Amino acid sequence: MKRIIRYLPVLLVMFSLNAFAQDGRFTGNFQGDFQYYLSDSTINAVSPDELLLMNSYANFSYTKGNFSAGLRYEAYLKTLAGFPGEDGRNDGLGIPHRWAQFSSDGFDITVGNFYEQFGNGFTLRAYEEKALGVDNSIDGVRVKYSPIQGVNFTGILGKQRYYFDYGPGIIRGVDGDVSINDLFEKLQDKRFRVIVGGSFVSKFQEDNDPVYVLPENVATSAARINLSYGLLNFNSEYAYKINDPSEDNKYIYKPGQAFLATATYSQRGLGLLVSTKWVDNMSFRSDRNATLTDLNINLLPEITKNHTYTLAAYYPYATQPNGEWGAQAEVMYNFKRKSKLGGKYGTNLALNFSRVHNVPRNPINDTIPVGASGTLGYESPFFSIGDELFYQDINLELTKKISKSLKFVLTYQNLTLNNDVLMQSEFHDMIHANIAIADVTYKFNRKTSLRGEFQGMFTDDDKGDWAMGLLEFSIPKFFFTVMDSWNYGNSNVDERYHYYTVGLGYISGGSRVQLSYGKQRQGVMCVGGVCRTVPASNGLMLSISSTF
Amino acid sequence: MMKQLILLLSFFTIIGTVSAQEIPSVQLKTLDQQTVQSTDVIVNENDGPVLLCFWATYCKPCVKELSTYNELYPDWEDETGVKIILVSIDNARSVSRVAPFVNGKAWDFDVFIDTNSDLKRAMNVINVPHTFLLDAEGNVVWQHTAFMDGDEEKVYEELLKLSESKE
Repeated sequence: MKRIIRYLPVLLVMFSLNAFAQDGRFTGNFQGDFQYYLSDSTINAVSPDELLLMNSYANFSYTKGNFSAGLRYEAYLKTLAGFPGEDGRNDGLGIPHRWAQFSSDGFDITVGNFYEQFGNGFTLRAYEEKALGVDNSIDGVRVKYSPIQGVNFTGILGKQRYYFDYGPGIIRGVDGDVSINDLFEKLQDKRFRVIVGGSFVSKFQEDNDPVYVLPENVATSAARINLSYGLLNFNSEYAYKINDPSEDNKYIYKPGQAFLATATYSQRGLGLLVSTKWVDNMSFRSDRNATLTDLNINLLPEITKNHTYTLAAYYPYATQPNGEWGAQAEVMYNFKRKSKLGGKYGTNLALNFSRVHNVPRNPINDTIPVGASGTLGYESPFFSIGDELFYQDINLELTKKISKSLKFVLTYQNLTLNNDVLMQSEFHDMIHANIAIADVTYKFNRKTSLRGEFQGMFTDDDKGDWAMGLLEFSIPKFFFTVMDSWNYGNSNVDERYHYYTVGLGYISGGSRVQLSYGKQRQGVMCVGGVCRTVPASNGLMLSISSTF
Repeated sequence: MMKQLILLLSFFTIIGTVSAQEIPSVQLKTLDQQTVQSTDVIVNENDGPVLLCFWATYCKPCVKELSTYNELYPDWEDETGVKIILVSIDNARSVSRVAPFVNGKAWDFDVFIDTNSDLKRAMNVINVPHTFLLDAEGNVVWQHTAFMDGDEEKVYEELLKLSESKE
């Protein structure tokens, strides 16, 4: 009886919640990654003292009508090797993410943690990418307001998440966009459509610097436009940031700028894209001393194609926020079924080209060296393009179905990257590589298939040639994989290592379990345009994810 | 022990009494950057089911999945009245590729963009591809994560099951 009285409050709360939840939705998900590490001196893989490490989280959210609320429990015991904050800053467990939201009369109000993007992300991009260990959500207040159709405003104020803590800065911002066609009845049915928008984001951080007088309030503003006419679309944004001395720019007082313009044309069977981007001194963080993936307020998207095949992604590109110019063009074409080049099932072709250069830096005067701390740093005329090549990627992808049971994707890539700038290994100078990939799928029957990837990277630079092979056999609910990456062209014969992995997985509905064993090479891993360095490792990995 | 038991029982009682998951109301963008509400656009005007697919241009299994569905779409549409709607989670790097990509593949689906991943989070999607089957009332009746050749047969079975239960 005493026990029942003791737990009576808990029971009351839960039954109240139960009554409240009668017409609502309660949903969530879970992701857990566990790795048991083994030392392997051949590939410089070391095992931590704990041997077994874990990254995991679970989201729970409740929605009833216009109200929703949720939280995320996270546990890093300890953080998996290679993730940001593995030095201990990210270790721990708790509920660092919780929020409540309701909408009414054109208003949408969120309190607690939220993610947000203004325009293309030049001024604000708070987001999460668990695969990279990035979560720069803002904890505070967000108000969205749409007074009429086609007019949207957003205002935010808060502090940025820093692992299980907060960054030192405060972030304030407003954003708005207006669809001109929606404002005027006469224009509503016109094919030519115009949307204009703008954003303003400011951060505050106390100046405790013993040497420099630093701006405590730093603002970034941006204007954008989107024009569309039938199958044509043009999108452009320009951003300007006042002086923001930071660790990223080595404490110079120069303002920053960014510009992006993209035009696309598409009709059924054809897609065309041309795009250019120019960035100078546009790193923007809520802590001026932060580095790597910590406390970024904005995101400067790469203007190169995001590759996902292992060897095509071996040398990924990462935006250089201190200065770069880039351009990209892409053609996607579908040869129709039963045409000469289309064959019975059609043929799909995609050709992509991108090139990135430096932005020239001219001295301010004869006495101050370029980039000297505590000065204006340098001068760079808007949209100036330097001679130094950072990256060039030409790639061609052909997708073809031969028969009901056989289809393939063939990829060729010609890559040039400046490793003195991108620093993806100890190698200095330019890396030139050719990459060829065949991805072949054979269906034995309606539900059983075998997929093979055969990849080769051919280069005289860095670690030389690589070959990679993967076999993936799938039957309903299960799959089995065998993979090996072999650095057969390494100039050091003793370092011609194999990085093999074997794995099996189970998928049912929204749940997935994967167990794998093998070696991972040291390198750079990129997801959605952001990269992190992953160390060499050897061990057993278990990954569980589930959605309900 | 008693406390944990009460919490657990109450938790499952709540889950047992709540209604099925439906489409949350969040803002999405059209391919020409117009802002729309998810509940207004993720619907089948013909009172049939919706196959809602979360994807990204850089996701190989997603592209494979959607190319497979595109081949089967005319038959599925005739037999079950299904409408396929895509939600792209491409970020600022690749979002401008979505329209030319979809057209370049000659896909015949309605496509919306979830750049801030609001709908992805609201529907608890962890990785793409992730596919939801909604009945004519907009309730989630089935979902599946990942794609491997042969999974389209399971989708077809679920579509038939749904159209048979409607009859």
